Amino acid sequence: MALRHENKRPSRTVLVLLLLASFTLITLDVRGGDDSPVEPLRSAAGEVFGPVEKATAAVVRPFEAIPAFLRTTGALRIDLERLEAENSALRGQLATTVLDRNRADELDGLLQSSRSTGYALAPARVIAIGTAQSFSATVTIDAGTSAGVRPDMTVVNNDGLVGRVLRSDRGTATVLLVVDAESVVGGRLGSSMEVGFLRGRGVVGNEGSLDLDLVDNSVTPGKNDVLVTWGSKNSAPYVSGIPIGRVTSVYSSPRQLSKQAVIEPFVDFSALDLVGVVVKAGARGDRAVVNAGGPQNHQSGDRQ
Amino acid sequence: MILLRVLVVTAMISLAVALQVAFFPYLSYDGVVPNIALLIVVAAALVRGPEFAAVIGFLSGLAIDLAPPADHVAGRWALALVVVGYLAGRVRHDARTSAIAAIVTVAASSFIGTSIFVLSGLVLRDPSVPVAEALQVLPVAVVYDVLLTPFVLPLMMRLFRRLETRRVAY
Repeated sequence: MALRHENKRPSRTVLVLLLLASFTLITLDVRGGDDSPVEPLRSAAGEVFGPVEKATAAVVRPFEAIPAFLRTTGALRIDLERLEAENSALRGQLATTVLDRNRADELDGLLQSSRSTGYALAPARVIAIGTAQSFSATVTIDAGTSAGVRPDMTVVNNDGLVGRVLRSDRGTATVLLVVDAESVVGGRLGSSMEVGFLRGRGVVGNEGSLDLDLVDNSVTPGKNDVLVTWGSKNSAPYVSGIPIGRVTSVYSSPRQLSKQAVIEPFVDFSALDLVGVVVKAGARGDRAVVNAGGPQNHQSGDRQ
Repeated sequence: MILLRVLVVTAMISLAVALQVAFFPYLSYDGVVPNIALLIVVAAALVRGPEFAAVIGFLSGLAIDLAPPADHVAGRWALALVVVGYLAGRVRHDARTSAIAAIVTVAASSFIGTSIFVLSGLVLRDPSVPVAEALQVLPVAVVYDVLLTPFVLPLMMRLFRRLETRRVAY
């Protein structure tokens, strides 16, 4: 590193070198596509940062209930006074018991959805969430290749479809949420069995909804029609029959042939915690697989 | 000594990136979280000048680009933070003395950094984000970074200064 020269203009060499390095990296990653030379770097970074994020999430988790109060007051300002009285009484319990109960409910729901869909689910917890500054709706979960999680696996929770696994490391995996602007899911309307393509809008919050382009333009989806996944070849990246959301409004523009519908997802993407990754039935990993459809798969290891 | 310094800086950057994705989402406003790595780069720029800050910017940008759950084209945050480090380093003589100047530097850096990231995304069509949405995120990001400045920047500047004095004494 060059020594500091108080009165001299700073040398541009370092800047130019670093800018060139950045541009090279961008070019390599863009041109490389799916097997870009940056992928090994990414998985190496995943191996390093996964445990760090896991540890951070473990430290932060007990305090998770408290900001939830702060966040909801914006929406429920009218109820604030009444809630504050309740809060002070409940806060002590809430910090631990309600969180645990919620988690038990979620696990119960996961078991339920495993039973209704017949898929084997590897339970996992969301430990890191992509920032809005990066404009991609992705999360990290604490299950990786050691739990049998591989890229292009479907991720669900007890409400419905969450997304798909983009890449997985030993202990963590990155999940692309269906609300991401890059995400496209094949969907089927429950009432008419018509198929279409669902695109995310890149918004995670309360107004995070999906756009549905129907293949057959003569069909008009009804309001509150339920949309399920259509399923991909070899069940990757999406298995079929997972509920996605419900139709809230339908519109057609003269420029486009097909009708478009706005879908409100069942999953609350701003409050993701416990999710399940659809793994092959009988998969072996570092955790017990929720497998209500077939024989129970109790493994020795508890969750790590 | 060099090894120790490298270790401290690496730990700082890793912790910042981990906090950004694993802790601050709970305190986020519409998903926007404070960019602590950017504050580290600005602190480095104010204490040590443009070259050092550009290097720190490249490293922490790379960490944001590669650490899960990032999925954008790698190198975009690295590019943004290199420029931020260099520019912030150029104004450091005015900004290292007064608190207000430091805050203005952070605000400008946050604006420039996020803008470069957004613009690179538009050029590469990386996530195809509409401009309107990007414009919504920008001011929130700037405000959040500025809000966190009094807590993070002095700490980081003290740390960098200690590392620097050790080097000079050595």
